[in-house]
Amino acid sequence: MARIILTSGLGNQYAGGQTEFEIEAANVRRLIAALEERFPGIGPELEREMAVAIDGEIYQDPFLETIAPESEVYFLPRIGGG
Amino acid sequence: MTSENGELKWVGKSPIRPDGADKVTGRAKFGADLMLPGMLVGKVLRSPHAHAKIKSIDTSKAEALPGVKAVVTSADMAEMQPEWVAAGEVQINFLDLSNNILASGKVLYDGHAVAAVAATNSAIANAALELIEVDYEVLPHVIDVEEAMAPDAPILHDDMFTQGVTPTPDKPSNVFKEVDIAVGDVEAGFAKADLIVERSFKTAAVHQGYIEPHAAVASFSEDGQAELWCCTQGHFTVRAYCAKLLGMDLSDLRVTASEIGGGFGGKTTVYLEPVALLLSRKAGRPVRAVMTREEVFRASGPTSGASTWAKIGVTKDGKIVAGEAILKYQAGAFASSPIQPGCMCAFAPYDVENVKVKGYDVVSNRPKVAAYRAPGAPISEHAVESVLDEIAKKLGIDPLELREKNAAKEGTNAAYGPKFGPIGFADTLAAAKAHPHYSAPLGPNQGRGVASGFWFNIGGESCATLNVGEDGTLVLATGSPDIGGSRASMAIMAAETLGIDVADVRPIVADTASLGYTFLTGGSRVTFATGMAVIEASKQVIETLRERAAKIWDISIDAVIWEDGFAKPAGANAGEFEPMSLGEIAAQAGKTGGPISANSSINAEGAGPGFGTHICDVEVDLETGAVTVLRYTAVQDCGKAIHKAYVEGQIQGGAAQGIGWALNEEYIYNDEGRLDNPGFLDYRIPVASDLPMIDTVIVEVANPNHPYGVRGVGEVPIIPPMAAVGNAIDSAIGVRMTDLPMSPPKILAALDNGS
Repeated sequence: MARIILTSGLGNQYAGGQTEFEIEAANVRRLIAALEERFPGIGPELEREMAVAIDGEIYQDPFLETIAPESEVYFLPRIGGG
Repeated sequence: MTSENGELKWVGKSPIRPDGADKVTGRAKFGADLMLPGMLVGKVLRSPHAHAKIKSIDTSKAEALPGVKAVVTSADMAEMQPEWVAAGEVQINFLDLSNNILASGKVLYDGHAVAAVAATNSAIANAALELIEVDYEVLPHVIDVEEAMAPDAPILHDDMFTQGVTPTPDKPSNVFKEVDIAVGDVEAGFAKADLIVERSFKTAAVHQGYIEPHAAVASFSEDGQAELWCCTQGHFTVRAYCAKLLGMDLSDLRVTASEIGGGFGGKTTVYLEPVALLLSRKAGRPVRAVMTREEVFRASGPTSGASTWAKIGVTKDGKIVAGEAILKYQAGAFASSPIQPGCMCAFAPYDVENVKVKGYDVVSNRPKVAAYRAPGAPISEHAVESVLDEIAKKLGIDPLELREKNAAKEGTNAAYGPKFGPIGFADTLAAAKAHPHYSAPLGPNQGRGVASGFWFNIGGESCATLNVGEDGTLVLATGSPDIGGSRASMAIMAAETLGIDVADVRPIVADTASLGYTFLTGGSRVTFATGMAVIEASKQVIETLRERAAKIWDISIDAVIWEDGFAKPAGANAGEFEPMSLGEIAAQAGKTGGPISANSSINAEGAGPGFGTHICDVEVDLETGAVTVLRYTAVQDCGKAIHKAYVEGQIQGGAAQGIGWALNEEYIYNDEGRLDNPGFLDYRIPVASDLPMIDTVIVEVANPNHPYGVRGVGEVPIIPPMAAVGNAIDSAIGVRMTDLPMSPPKILAALDNGS
């Protein structure tokens, strides 16, 4: 199962302070659906505001990116710039 | 994509800039340069108060003035809901955006727009502004970030309840949100430390300082369609914001990006553009609105001023065991500062197991902040890089060696979470150490400082179209406004990929009706992301050229290769044919299938992080407190420099802006909350005579996700200078300056205090 890490803000708001989980999901869309099932309300916020780092590679607009069973997945705030 | 001998022909060179001739001859058309028949002059009435209720606005006398064709207030805007959208690094709430463009209910800073007029000339427009009667009830104001956080501070927004706190507070506050980043266990980390250094700092709000003021020309037609010409970093973003604010369909608004006289993040949002459109719609004539320099300072940008605190623990051999920071960023009058990336970047250059960063996003009676190069990062990294310098001095370790001991490498978990891929931080440290500057002797009252910086770099949505002319030259259209040389870089990447002369590629910036959505120019993304779209379009053109050559030679496309700008038979079995150039194939395009063109629309992922390390020498005048920058060297990993001279220019420009932030620039508010220095005479950005030639060293650790290895360049170079200058001053006079700018009066005061 992949290791999933939320920001502490999201963890506090939706997951009772927990920020690390092990979840099996084939891609980002399914991962977000799984998180939404566990923590109602988190899904839309993840889709709207968060980027994802899968094994160190950051995806700003993640959707169908593949998640391997041993992957490490961080949800991060989207990055912009000047 | 390389020549026969494997060398790059154009990438890394500095061919003549495609926009150069028009710029040096004055022919280039900037935001204020468009003239349309019947065009009116738009002007904006601004608040003289830092904080006041608008009890009433009476525009009747202004409307009655002969020559006045339209007057607008917030009542003319579409009703907005609090919906968040990205603008550079700063998030914008459409309700706030609307209220920032034309105040509704309250004015929240000196210079806040209240109403606007369109008239047949400037004198009438100015007279009309005088005739608008606004009845204000002046309210207490607050400017400083710490004072705005105090329990008894005047509250700007009655409906602002701090986010990121559980449970949500039941009293309104000027703290919009709190942000936390935590890795490992900082308390346990500090317990292992042999030395702990902590220090507080204040950094000033600084303006992006672009030379060209905001300007827009709008023309509404009777069928509800409109055209907008403006100086912006993202005309697709302008289209999206303006269409929403005016209740228009996207396809009814065509936005053209003019040439731009600097942006640096400050032109990633809208100010005048919706106002010009509103006035044009009401007047039924084109309207041009241009900010004065005073308006630019009072009502646009800047980036956050901040209060910061950093604490770092190290072992006696210099290994960082814990890092902690508290960051309080001004957001301006409306919510959302770059606090999030500030928190994420603070310790990012270093391999630290235990990190804790707390951030506060705070509103006060100042203009809403806008993005500025590497938004948020210079402020937080300044605190960390300054404390690291102090640690190096206390431990007697060379400051570059201290950084080398702790530098993040490929596989290191960044302090904000995920693992880094291939990165070049260590390479920048090694290059700085090896540079002759680092070992050059210093004189009395002179000192040397170093500092490093990190920025993520980003990708995003980009489109590119390549149209091959029948003479074999090409027009390359992208949707990325060119603020730092992107047209030159795009032409280079197209020419390199196609194997043709770069002079045969004419790069242009297409308007919003002529190309697919392209995210704004910012975040060091364009050479990476739009460059990938250009390369993709170039490859599509090559495929078409091979196909056409195959038709002409009557052989299979698989028997045709593209090499050095020519179609060639793949081998002896393919047949005996003379190589055909792009021009020769294009000349026969009509017979072989029609015009040759290609379009690429992508969302580029895989941006490579950027790191830089700067060396600064200063001399401090003990009589006046003036600091002279004697020598400055900026080392940066850019992945690959596509147009070398432009890359050097970006690094030099970022360093110059960072030095201004360090030494000179600040907003000075009086007791009434009015800005006292809204002009370049009193708001002192460094000019050429203030600075030495800034030496640049380009390190190239390729980003494996880009065909030529591009990472990006524009953000990183503004990050190290504040700390590099401060560390140099400390080396020169033994005084740690903690309050920026490190201006002569402050240095003298610190010397007098015997610090």
